[in-house]
Amino acid sequence: MTETLLKLSDVSLGFAGNAVLQQVDFDVAAGSIASLIGPNGAGKTSLFNCITGFYKPQSGRIEFDGTALLPLKPFQVTRTGIARTFQNLRLFRQMSVIENVMSGQHCRTKAGAIGAILHLPSQRREERAIRDHAAECLRFVGIAEAEWAREATTLAYGHQRRVEIARALATEPKLLLLDEPAAGLTRGEKLDLITLIGRIRDERGVAVLLIEHDTSLVMRLSERVSVLDHGIMIAEGTPKEIQTNPRVIEAYLGAEDAEAALAL
Amino acid sequence: MAALEPRPSAWGGLNRVLDTPAKRGTAIGAILVVMAVAPFVFGPYATVILTNSLLYVILALGLNVVVGYAGLLDLGYAAFFAVGAYSVGILTTEFGWNFWATIPVAVCAAVFAGIIIGGPTLRLRSDYLAIVTLGFGEIVRISARNLKITGAASGISGIEQPWLFGWHIATPNDFYYVFLALAIIGILVSVRLSNSRLGRAWLYVRHDEDAAEAMGINRVRVKLAAYVIGAIYGSIGGAFFAVNLTAISPESFSFRQSTLFLMAVILGGMGKIPGVILGAFIVVLAPELLRDLGSFRLLIFAVGLLLIMLFRPSGIWPVRSR
Repeated sequence: MTETLLKLSDVSLGFAGNAVLQQVDFDVAAGSIASLIGPNGAGKTSLFNCITGFYKPQSGRIEFDGTALLPLKPFQVTRTGIARTFQNLRLFRQMSVIENVMSGQHCRTKAGAIGAILHLPSQRREERAIRDHAAECLRFVGIAEAEWAREATTLAYGHQRRVEIARALATEPKLLLLDEPAAGLTRGEKLDLITLIGRIRDERGVAVLLIEHDTSLVMRLSERVSVLDHGIMIAEGTPKEIQTNPRVIEAYLGAEDAEAALAL
Repeated sequence: MAALEPRPSAWGGLNRVLDTPAKRGTAIGAILVVMAVAPFVFGPYATVILTNSLLYVILALGLNVVVGYAGLLDLGYAAFFAVGAYSVGILTTEFGWNFWATIPVAVCAAVFAGIIIGGPTLRLRSDYLAIVTLGFGEIVRISARNLKITGAASGISGIEQPWLFGWHIATPNDFYYVFLALAIIGILVSVRLSNSRLGRAWLYVRHDEDAAEAMGINRVRVKLAAYVIGAIYGSIGGAFFAVNLTAISPESFSFRQSTLFLMAVILGGMGKIPGVILGAFIVVLAPELLRDLGSFRLLIFAVGLLLIMLFRPSGIWPVRSR
């Protein structure tokens, strides 16, 4: 395997005495596609929130590309090269598609109030560069130019999901965290999503970490799968290994349902 | 089809009526001509009222950056207005400074006050900011009322009217044009800010703080920028207010003033520049137009405001919604 990009060691998180994550160890390799699965309430989104700085674990270490993440605020984590999408769509309301995606470039640019007020050449150049970069990200995820000026929250659901991915890509990440990207998508849209995630890794060299309930999608895409149950990492391995792991099968509601759930 | 329309811009629904640059240019030109000849057409009394309206336009635009763009409820905006006015008052009368030299000091004082108040409180959610700014506004007014240097309750009088390249700015008409120029600069600055990286960041943070932060935006810094820019507008407005009246007193900077500025912003439509300008004019002109009604006028004004908020909760200025 290649070098480790993200490394969690011994991460524990609790809210008011309830253990949400217990001594989680977890790695993502550079340029890989990895998945995190587990029953509802297992702590998957909490793990994302720990990585991105929204939650502060009580103990443990999180290292990304040689930087310790735990002391950082969410916006600083994004600057180190981690981007995320949200489980429930969180596009900026009353703003256009392209303006939504332009938000991703904020942390890579620097023009301030003075530049804007005086319309300095450097500011105008930067504005163009922001717009061009956002346009490139939108083309990459397959949103047609006709939709760019529309208010983002009026797009079809599947398109909003892709705009959210474009917005995350616009931060120029090394690692993209996708929180249930296939939720609510049709079968056809799911197939497009599989292609898109593959292209994100192959064409842009961005490692992808997915939380997903659709196990057939997970098994098709991922090189590594990790299983979280009640805050404990119970298994880690290739999709094949996970599908036959007895602890995983047990975690998924008894053996018969597990066969279906794990797409055996 | 409503869904196909782009998002509402800072110009509100204006772009739909004035859909070409030529039409827009004509409309702006017409307004400028009317504003330029207004003192000769409407007479001296109206000129004073219009000057006051333009002052409110400047202050409402500044408060709009804070409330309308960044979504921070500021209930003590008059404090920055006071900081500007008192900086000019004290430095010109006590220390004999030239008016123009006091403006950078007034601006720095407002920036300093903005950072002191905003720095700690902008980390909190915005309801706390409302309470802190309310307190700040009162502290500034009460300090001005009790300090010797601010002239206590009687305030400062005898502030000299300034010269600009041999032009003595003294008559009501002179001040009308000064405030008109300031308002135009204020509008240009507002428009440019709203179409910039910082302007978008305000909207991102206002709509969804967490998503904005996940996109790498430092929300505290972005909010502080809005708060400080609002403070600068307020202090510049205050500085020119002081030389226009030549006398200032603590009661010009009461909570009532802060509410009037806020009303101008909300009435016209938060975040929409023409709406905010309209709101500022309504807040100043409506009580004047209702003067014939005698002691009923404030009652009628209040009922009018309630009706507007009831039927147009997002402001008078139209936006395409949905």
